[in-house]
Amino acid sequence: MVDAANEPLLNVVNLEAWYGESHILHGVNFNVGKGEVVTLLGRNGAGKTTTLKSIMGMVAKRRGSVHFEGKETIDQPSNNIARAGIALCPEERGIFASLDVRENLLLPPVVRPGGLGLEQIFELFPNLKERLTSQGTKLSGGEQQMLAIARILRTGAPFLMLDEPTEGLAPVIIDQIGVTIRRLKERGFTILLVEQNFRFAASVADRYYVMEDGRIIDAFSAQNLEANMDKLHTYLGV
Amino acid sequence: MPTIFGMPPQVLFGQLSLGLINGSFYALLSLGLAVIFGMLNIVNFAHGAVYMMGAFCAYFLLNGIDLPIPWWMAGHFSLMNIHFGSHLSFWWALLLAPIIVGAIGMFLQRVLIARIAGLDHIYGLLLTFGLAAILQGLFQNQFGSSGLPYEIPDGLSGGHNLGFMFLPNYRAFVVGASIVVCFATWFVIERTKLGSYLRAATENPSLVRAFGINVPLMITLTYGFGVALAAFAGVLAAPIYQVRPLMGADLIIVVFAVVVIGGMGSILGSIVTGFGLGIVEGLTKVYYPQASGIVVFVIMAIVLLIKPTGLFGRAA
Repeated sequence: MVDAANEPLLNVVNLEAWYGESHILHGVNFNVGKGEVVTLLGRNGAGKTTTLKSIMGMVAKRRGSVHFEGKETIDQPSNNIARAGIALCPEERGIFASLDVRENLLLPPVVRPGGLGLEQIFELFPNLKERLTSQGTKLSGGEQQMLAIARILRTGAPFLMLDEPTEGLAPVIIDQIGVTIRRLKERGFTILLVEQNFRFAASVADRYYVMEDGRIIDAFSAQNLEANMDKLHTYLGV
Repeated sequence: MPTIFGMPPQVLFGQLSLGLINGSFYALLSLGLAVIFGMLNIVNFAHGAVYMMGAFCAYFLLNGIDLPIPWWMAGHFSLMNIHFGSHLSFWWALLLAPIIVGAIGMFLQRVLIARIAGLDHIYGLLLTFGLAAILQGLFQNQFGSSGLPYEIPDGLSGGHNLGFMFLPNYRAFVVGASIVVCFATWFVIERTKLGSYLRAATENPSLVRAFGINVPLMITLTYGFGVALAAFAGVLAAPIYQVRPLMGADLIIVVFAVVVIGGMGSILGSIVTGFGLGIVEGLTKVYYPQASGIVVFVIMAIVLLIKPTGLFGRAA
């Protein structure tokens, strides 16, 4: 397996998680280096979303160790984890229907300095500027995804977790999100991506982890992608 | 003698003003219920009891309170009534009673109600219904069922003759205070940053928490605020209806009908419906008094048939 080249920003060791009685994660181990874009790949139900939720403290029961910037967060509630500098863009986007676009955008509190200002955000996502007074859920799927990403960029959190940001979007919007992720990387953000769209992931990721049945079963870097394509097709069933 | 729709103006406007008074209490109480239901997803059957506690709190702040204190004497425990004196006016009560009763509410939420979070509605209903029964039972045991008098505060006694009707000052104050508090609550929830947290947490509490907001604390404070609104209504009610252990139990059934008509959890719906139904009730007393006790429930049945989510409610 490959590890983060530099000191890991996030280090996950033996992470286990449960939904009620169901044991979903069976000891997940991986790390993400500062400034990297790392992608979790895997089939439906492999445990990718649960891994993100577990890191964020959003599952009722979890065990193991999640170190962020050298500090253990496994015993922290999710509001403290967010304040520590981890931000989640959830799978279903989580746009609030009772809030307009501006309120959705300003909802997450700023957790540390260095977040993007509104002007910078509108530079990345010009559509949002024109829709500020619209109800959040009246936006198109692509605009909602942009809003979901934009609102966590304001917070100053240096570590972003994006759960299937391209799901259900048109190719032209997917390209736009790819451009956005590369720009965020240039700005120094560290990104953990969960993706089923392998072609999209290949355009942005530095490293890949493959999940199956609640475990990491393989890992390789972008440079070794070609050499691992056959294996990957088997893992993902594509 | 001039009449309006066959009624002397004094009678019509007299009943309308009574309707507005009742509507003020309906609005304040259903607003508290809506705030609590929205955030905690609990139908707070203890709401009538905390309204009553608000009125009693005003009474204690004015007259002092006798508390049974356990006392160790001659080898065994006994209870000794000790009087804690207090002579705080209505205005102090209007400020302090919501804070005191709200704090009791927050304690109950943390100790009891938080334990049933996420369970079926029936658990919340049973728990708060039980709480209401215990609280009302305790007060009934101590103070009996008859009412304790509470004077109209100085400066608000008397009234004004408006020509077409006599308007008692205190009643005008109650309507004004209720409108101000209802509007302020609506403004905070719909137009401020804090309100956007509340609305978002109503939709998806776990995600709001994952943004760094302490949702459990917000839930406790929201319950405390909803309870404080009821206590505020209780203080306002003390000079009008007397202070009785069952004063809330009598009112709360109508208030629940108001909440259903307005739409569960709808802030604006509870305010508009509260005042509106008070007025409808008043008018019914003028034109068809026999139906005044059931008109709210008839409207509830019709609204449920036509729009089950209530006039201002959104489908879940």
